[in-house]
Amino acid sequence: MFSSLLLTMLLKQPIFSSFFYLYTGRVRNKKNTQQYENSMKPLGTVPVLQTSFFSQRMPAPIRLRELIRTIRTARTQAEEREMIQKECAAIRSSFREEDNTYRCRNVAKLLYMHMLGYPAHFGQLECLKLIASQKFTDKRIGYLGAMLLLDERQDVHLLMTNCIKNDLNHSTQYVQGLALCTLGCMGSSEMCRDLAGEVEKLLKTSNSYLRKKAALCAVHVIRKVPELMEMFLPATKNLLNEKNHGVLHTSVVLLTEMCERSPDMLAHFRKNEKLVPQLVRILKNLIMSGYSPEHDVSGISDPFLQVRILRLLRILGRNDDDSSEAMNDILAQVATNTETSKNVGNAILYETVLTIMDIKSESGLRVLAINILGRFLLNNDKNIRYVALTSLLKTVQTDHNAVQRHRSTIVDCLKDLDVSIKRRAMELSFALVNGNNVRGMMKELLYFLDSCEPEFKADCASGIFLAAEKYAPSKRWHIDTIMRVLTTAGSYVRDDAVPNLIQLITNSVEMHAYTVQRLYKAILGDYSQQPLVQVASWCIGEYGDLLVSGQCEEEEPIQVTEDEVLDILESVLISNMSASVTRGYALTAIMKLSTRFTCTVNRIKKVVSIYGSSIDVELQQRAVEYNALFKKYDHMRPALLERMPVMEKVTTNGPTEIVQTNGETEPAVLETKPPPSGLQPASQANDLLDLLGGSDITPVIPTAPTSKPASAGGELLDLLGDLNLTGSPVSAPAPQIAQPPFLLDGLTSQPLFNDIAAGIPSITAYNKNGLKIDFTFERSNTNPSVTVITIQASNSTELDMTDFVFQAAVPKTFQLQLLSPSSSVIPAFNSGTITQVIKVLNPQKQQLRMRIKLTYNHKGSAMQDLAEVNNFPPQSWQ
Amino acid sequence: MIKAILIFNNHGKPRLSKFYQRYSEDTQQQIIRETFHLVSKRDENVCNFLEGGLLIGGSDNKLIYRHYATLYFVFCVDSSESELGILDLIQVFVETLDKCFENVCELDLIFHVDKVHNILAEMVMGGMVLETNMNEIVTQIDAQNKLEKSEAGLAGAPARAVSAVKNMNLPEIPRNINIGDISIKVPNLPTFK
Repeated sequence: MFSSLLLTMLLKQPIFSSFFYLYTGRVRNKKNTQQYENSMKPLGTVPVLQTSFFSQRMPAPIRLRELIRTIRTARTQAEEREMIQKECAAIRSSFREEDNTYRCRNVAKLLYMHMLGYPAHFGQLECLKLIASQKFTDKRIGYLGAMLLLDERQDVHLLMTNCIKNDLNHSTQYVQGLALCTLGCMGSSEMCRDLAGEVEKLLKTSNSYLRKKAALCAVHVIRKVPELMEMFLPATKNLLNEKNHGVLHTSVVLLTEMCERSPDMLAHFRKNEKLVPQLVRILKNLIMSGYSPEHDVSGISDPFLQVRILRLLRILGRNDDDSSEAMNDILAQVATNTETSKNVGNAILYETVLTIMDIKSESGLRVLAINILGRFLLNNDKNIRYVALTSLLKTVQTDHNAVQRHRSTIVDCLKDLDVSIKRRAMELSFALVNGNNVRGMMKELLYFLDSCEPEFKADCASGIFLAAEKYAPSKRWHIDTIMRVLTTAGSYVRDDAVPNLIQLITNSVEMHAYTVQRLYKAILGDYSQQPLVQVASWCIGEYGDLLVSGQCEEEEPIQVTEDEVLDILESVLISNMSASVTRGYALTAIMKLSTRFTCTVNRIKKVVSIYGSSIDVELQQRAVEYNALFKKYDHMRPALLERMPVMEKVTTNGPTEIVQTNGETEPAVLETKPPPSGLQPASQANDLLDLLGGSDITPVIPTAPTSKPASAGGELLDLLGDLNLTGSPVSAPAPQIAQPPFLLDGLTSQPLFNDIAAGIPSITAYNKNGLKIDFTFERSNTNPSVTVITIQASNSTELDMTDFVFQAAVPKTFQLQLLSPSSSVIPAFNSGTITQVIKVLNPQKQQLRMRIKLTYNHKGSAMQDLAEVNNFPPQSWQ
Repeated sequence: MIKAILIFNNHGKPRLSKFYQRYSEDTQQQIIRETFHLVSKRDENVCNFLEGGLLIGGSDNKLIYRHYATLYFVFCVDSSESELGILDLIQVFVETLDKCFENVCELDLIFHVDKVHNILAEMVMGGMVLETNMNEIVTQIDAQNKLEKSEAGLAGAPARAVSAVKNMNLPEIPRNINIGDISIKVPNLPTFK
């Protein structure tokens, strides 16, 4: 009596309680949920035998429940961590003791810690021991642990395969079920290969509990090892005659997987197996049969099975007239007969609509489907609205006009409070923009851009730019729209918008005065929106003379003096908010104005010389160069700072011929202006580009994913601060006569590598599992002991490889530099490559050797491989 | 395919996490955190779908969730699953838990996370729906629990006794036991270990 009183007193302090239990080995039983929290009364139930001996040797590990309760008393993260560490230590030592009685309990505790994010990998082998045990309780925890803790690369998989194989042939169906479940969750491809025979056998059993699990297991096997698909074909014959809905459901999943994976299977099931009529029959039974308590969900008979069947019908009916014909009737029946007051009904209806839109259905049925979606759009349930928008987005390509009818409802969804719905509505709205409605739609979208959350702004702005480029009714409208975007969402606009806009403005010659005035006004009050300021600076630099002359017919012309213009540019230069790139734009603009303005040249000279000592290297360099232009090369200044020529149209978004104008035709812009004063200024500008951009030239990455236009016009843009010039050779090699020699100092614009290297043969360094890596070699021109290796990785399998990382190591006598890769995804079917440049410094000209490590994700699993490359051609290192 | 099933409470404490695609431990925790972050800031009266976070793999994936009292049930699925269907599946899952635990509450999930895993395994396997009939699931779970209990009861007693004796680790087995005038000679026993 006394001792139990003492116990309860001690236990008032919850932290101690666990430790106390830990040392006494006492445990408790729990019956109801209330007791989880407050019961502190120990009900010692450990067999007497153990307690007496354990007190000397090692305490029995505390129960899972005990551990959870202890952890829950932790008030801080640190406290929790400490408790877990202590317990982990106890578990480890218990594992070392090879203790069989408590292994199950310990693994269960580990799984709990694993869920909380603590390392539990040391339990992997113990899981295996549990699986091998005779007891169901042990097996249950063991398999659960295996699913949660084991990863595919573990060596324990081999051992595991054996255990699973035994258990698949066990006499108890639940043990067989556990084995199937585990194999279906985490089986590696080797395991699947070894055990596919057993799975196939179980797929033919009459026991529905095992049969449904075997069907899903078969799906997993097929996913891991597609070539085993044939093996399951005979077993699928009778699957759909099952009465049990679980088996039916999983069978449909299996058939879907097979049809999706292989066109041959699809044809086989369509033609030989007559799958469509079978599915139609099942579906008909489901919707016609009355209430069946077994499968009823909110008044509808097994909606899950119905949804699955509708999905399979979609695959079977796609691009196949006969199959589509055979399912038209049933789809119409489902579409009209389904009760839609509950979510389940709508789920079926939604699936029916998707199937109707995807197969070659009758036109009447399609109208019905779109109307159902229209009804969905007006539904009060947000989920229904969301799926309606999603599916309209899928059908907008095929049934554009039908979707257009719901435009106003869709646009209304832009004002919804729910971000998921807003995003869908935004995407759909962009898909609905065409030449006829562009003005109205853009108004709505601009309004949306104004009010939406920051995370939408970048996407929305890009969408508006794209749509405006495609469907702009007039140049003026186009410029106005883009200006609106820049002023409302300026800082969210993606970087490429600036050069695109500049190009657009340059090409609309008759709009120059108007544009520069608008831009000037826009930045007059607020120069925090970087892209806007950049475009504005550029335009003021180019068309400053038009700005001060005030010759703009369309709008109230503003009177601006030269000093006022310089004031604003200078404040951009000074402002803390301006990015370095923006300052570059502003400085260049000021410089350009030196030939356009008449009475402020001295002021410009002063500004330029001030920035000659700027701490911003980029800015300083420009200023120094401009300064030199003023001093030594003043005679060339007007020619160098000539206005930019009209740029060639670069089509980034498909052919522009499809532009639908809205009756407002544009004069052919390119012809209104004579070619800009001969070739000389253009080539001079090109040279300037070299001079300015030279410092930024990075080593050539052969197929860098930049889509730089090859025209001179595109490169001229770079003059104004495109900082990621990748050193693509200038298209017109400049025949410049009086190149200022000092400007060239240290700035090499010639290609870094010469052609001597062309003689080195390339090698294949790695070719395994569909991944092929080729090395091509070049010798650096500047330093002959540097070998430049370009790797090209390609993928011949049918699935993309993602998160591809290439690493390389060389012996100590070499030095290695890995540049960043062009991408981390290798597209399937050899449809593209990743390139990456390796530079190897080999001062002693020794034979090259390299060890490479490859990691990537393929077919959902992480792959890793090591290889040694020894077959470097002698030319590459001699 | 269902990529992951997560249950966490209003504070982001995980109550169940089951991944059907391989992620490293760290990534798993990050996914849970990110998902909680995304889901928890949503109002009650918005839709139950979310475009997946960055970690769980790109635009093809969606988070479909339901909020019950203190718990969030989140399913991460790819485009091969019906959004509305998964919503119903979550409902079936919760109702099944309710049947198994009799008025399920967060504490049941906390203290019986293994049981929740077992129930889930009868419903979803390898990321695919296995069974949606609640009665069937409950029957199978009950039968398995019974099997466990029978092992723990009388049938399991011999095994426990053997393991207890094995664990005794006596310093040495006594050769002679003398109680008063009765003397017992202990025969040579085979060693247990």
